[in-house]
Amino acid sequence: MAKQRQPARTLQELIFRLSQFWDERGCVIQQPYDLEVGAGTSCPETFLRALGPVPYKVAYVQPSRRPDDGRYGENPNRLYKHLQMQVILKPPPADVQDQYLDSLEAMGIRLRDHEIKFEEDNWENPTLGAWGIGWQVMLDGLEITQFTYFQQCGGLDLDPISVELTYGLERLAAFLQDADSVYAVRWNESTSYGQIRLAEELQFSVYQFEVADITMLWKQLDLYEAEAQRLLLAWRGCQDPDARRRFPLLPAYELVLKCSHLFNLLDARGAVSVTERATVIGRVRQLACGVAEAWLQQQYPSPEAAPASPA
Amino acid sequence: MAEPKGKEFLLEIGVEEVPAWMIPSALEGLKQLLTEGLVKLGFAPESLAPFQMYATPRRLVAFSASLPSRQPTTEELIEGPPRRIAIDASGKPAMPAIKFAEKMGIPPEKLITVATAKGEYVAFKKIRQGRPTAELLKELVPQAVLGIYWPRAMYWEGKGGPHFIRPIRWLLVLYGGKTIPCAIGSVQAGKWTWGHRQLGKAKLAVKDFASYRQTLRDHFVILEPAERRVRIQELSDSLLRAEEGLRSKQDPGLLETHTYLTEYPTPLLGSFDPSYLALPEEVLTTVMRGHQKYFAVEDAQGRLAPRFLAIMETDADRKGLIRHGHERVLRARFNDARFFWESDGRTTLADRLEWLRTVTFQAKLGSYFDKTARMQELAEQLIGAIREGGGAVSPEEAAQIVRAARLSKSDLTTDLVKEFTELQGIIGGLLARREGLPEEIATAIYDHYLPQSMEDALPRSLGGQIVSLADRMDTLAGCFGVGLAPTGSKDPLGLRRAAQGVIRILAENKLPLTLETLVAKSCEVYTVAQRLGEAPEWSEAAARTPLGEFLVDRLRYYLREVRGFAYDEVNAVLAAGRNDVADAVRRLEALAQIRPTENFEPLAAAFKRMKNILQQARESYGYAEGELHPEWFQPGPELALYERYLAVYQEAERAKQSGNILAALQAIASLRPAVDLFFDKILVMDKDARLRNNRLGLLATLLRQFSTIADFAEIVPREPTSAATG
Repeated sequence: MAKQRQPARTLQELIFRLSQFWDERGCVIQQPYDLEVGAGTSCPETFLRALGPVPYKVAYVQPSRRPDDGRYGENPNRLYKHLQMQVILKPPPADVQDQYLDSLEAMGIRLRDHEIKFEEDNWENPTLGAWGIGWQVMLDGLEITQFTYFQQCGGLDLDPISVELTYGLERLAAFLQDADSVYAVRWNESTSYGQIRLAEELQFSVYQFEVADITMLWKQLDLYEAEAQRLLLAWRGCQDPDARRRFPLLPAYELVLKCSHLFNLLDARGAVSVTERATVIGRVRQLACGVAEAWLQQQYPSPEAAPASPA
Repeated sequence: MAEPKGKEFLLEIGVEEVPAWMIPSALEGLKQLLTEGLVKLGFAPESLAPFQMYATPRRLVAFSASLPSRQPTTEELIEGPPRRIAIDASGKPAMPAIKFAEKMGIPPEKLITVATAKGEYVAFKKIRQGRPTAELLKELVPQAVLGIYWPRAMYWEGKGGPHFIRPIRWLLVLYGGKTIPCAIGSVQAGKWTWGHRQLGKAKLAVKDFASYRQTLRDHFVILEPAERRVRIQELSDSLLRAEEGLRSKQDPGLLETHTYLTEYPTPLLGSFDPSYLALPEEVLTTVMRGHQKYFAVEDAQGRLAPRFLAIMETDADRKGLIRHGHERVLRARFNDARFFWESDGRTTLADRLEWLRTVTFQAKLGSYFDKTARMQELAEQLIGAIREGGGAVSPEEAAQIVRAARLSKSDLTTDLVKEFTELQGIIGGLLARREGLPEEIATAIYDHYLPQSMEDALPRSLGGQIVSLADRMDTLAGCFGVGLAPTGSKDPLGLRRAAQGVIRILAENKLPLTLETLVAKSCEVYTVAQRLGEAPEWSEAAARTPLGEFLVDRLRYYLREVRGFAYDEVNAVLAAGRNDVADAVRRLEALAQIRPTENFEPLAAAFKRMKNILQQARESYGYAEGELHPEWFQPGPELALYERYLAVYQEAERAKQSGNILAALQAIASLRPAVDLFFDKILVMDKDARLRNNRLGLLATLLRQFSTIADFAEIVPREPTSAATG
């Protein structure tokens, strides 16, 4: 049990404490991925690291964009962009739940004074061909973390399994600071969350709900998709071991992420019909699964070395 | 053989939180696997003290007060060669016996002689000593545990590891106070249990079941679900007693969830600002129940009170922090809802119609704008058909129903429905009322997704029933027409459920609408829409006949599975007419009532015989029914049957006309003596073609005239022993 601490007073102190906590447990502390993603799961540090046999432990803060959740900065709890603290433990330690609960104590939440429930909530990301089994962790009725045992990524069975902990940082900070609005949260002792982020919430809501050029977005989606497809096709034709080693699969994955974000923008703009929705999700998933498979082939060139097989 | 003395068996599977709703059936499964496993190992079921099952989200527990300490000893008789060749004249074993004994691994003296139907044989009585139960449990326990069925299981130790609902973290397996050394994945069985996460201690040694229960209780785990349930109820009641007239809204489903979501449940009474009560109760309750798993609280007048009951997974809220937290979350949720309720109200349902153009109903069938246009048209047609069927619908009422159909889907564009999808329809109804639309319109919109299941309520008003029918029939005709009819067990669009609702509304609201009319009118609406260039891929051929059959199929399902009528009665009634659902139900009810009476089944058998005779006559010499010549009937059983027929026919028609189907059936059943006598004395297939055809004609007439309620030939005679009625 971590030693008893006062509640983290600011958002950044919360981030420091969580980073330190997971640093002490052997995690690589990564920096946010510099591309628009809907969740920390999409980052290569999760999506690609979860594949294959090599153990890994990583924690990072990831700004996550969910265009559809934008509320022009008017809703005290809902954000176009929010911060997730993402922790990947591969393979999961047997006491992973206890470690997680200790991390809450490290933030300054004295669990003896609160109630915690692990309520069933399985996670699925259809555009990434990824799913897992787990819970939403409820602290006094507030959902603070998504706790998932990944089972598949890019359509591939995972072995070993990874645990993913996704902390909702704004929610936790508001809870620790007893703030009713996320915008009132202290980012640090002198600056509020609203001062830093309100304009961004407003302007991005305006842009994506009212202004974004739908034709341009579709065109971009087509371009990125075509480029990703071109790379995957080239990979399949590439036999020379050395050429395969240096083949740009990571950039191919970034193209997939671009597609995924553009799709979210179009969706928020109301430009995607129900059937188009299913089709585009299917197309992006195909790319994501293609990259996942290629990535395993590249990292573990002999077939025996790659234990995961296509599902 | 004396039964070995039994010993206590205790199994606790320590597991990370199992989804509440899966626990009861998993316990049932585990109990069965353990019991069947032991029986398969040769234990007599009565030698096992029945397993008592317990569970919390973190543990599945099986306890038996006594399992025999050893598997029963078994004897097996293995026959060898015949005695006459195996034993020589002097009674000594000969070569075949020696060889057989060798094979059995025993000296030949141990062979015995057995007498069989084929003669005497030498044999060996093999006695298998039962293995110690402790040894058997080592294999049985992991097998049974991993054999539990889960709707969606997972790996946690990699693909070579165990597959279970959530990771198993400890195993307590005690038999006669000793640990059974077994393992599941990397977890070795031990003699320890774990207390409550926050309130109890970890790794507590257990001696036996009594100490186990006490240890858990000391460490804040209430093992018995029933006790947790009672605790939730009693503590909730005492909290509510503090304020005059408050009581919790009954919600057995939610109570069950909390029972299996907690190890040490303690209710907490929270409050919210009464100003939120200005929001519709449906919205508040959905937020509390659906999102937060709170019990809603009502006052003495049955109105929603600004209170809620949360169930904590801990013993108390000493510092008030938990209550503060729950109230804070609920406030945020209510604020969201209020924001939506206010902003949604700024645009009328009528103005939202335009927005529906961008909401796809189905790619090949257009948007919800298109759908509501068709529903409006279909509602109008259905009202016309109801009027034709004798139903009264005033012009004003008709106009409101048609308008309700048009506005029924506008709420799909509201933020409230996007947030709380389960409130679709309800939100539309509430917004309609707030806009000041007539109550009939509001109610029809509010109810039009009903019924959602076989147990669900039906739409309260005729308007709701018609809008619900128009909605469902438009979906069904549309989807069938573009090749989306369900196949096999796959029904992603929920068309079976949609059709089931149609049947229930027709059957239980007794609407004068036939299935044929519903199918014809809904297809007609699509045909008209096509002329305007909509739904170009829709095909009437794909929709009409298959949809009609689909609905009859659902009707059959409803009558058998939901109403519980016998299959042959359902067949008989539907063979006589399957178009008017309410009428089919009435006929079936009467048939089931007359079925057990003495004349009925023999008469049904006679009808079957008539059918067969006619069939044969048609096939063997091309008999075709001609005019009946009463003057050719010969006095005696033949003429008597004809006269009886005339009398019964009139009586049955009169009864039917006055709506008394049972009386009509009773009249028909009274034909039995005349029919029996006829078959007894008269040879139908007379050599004289004139007489023969006239007799066949009589049978054909009987069949035709008396098969309008049910085709009695479909009735399968029951064995006298199974006299239960459907």
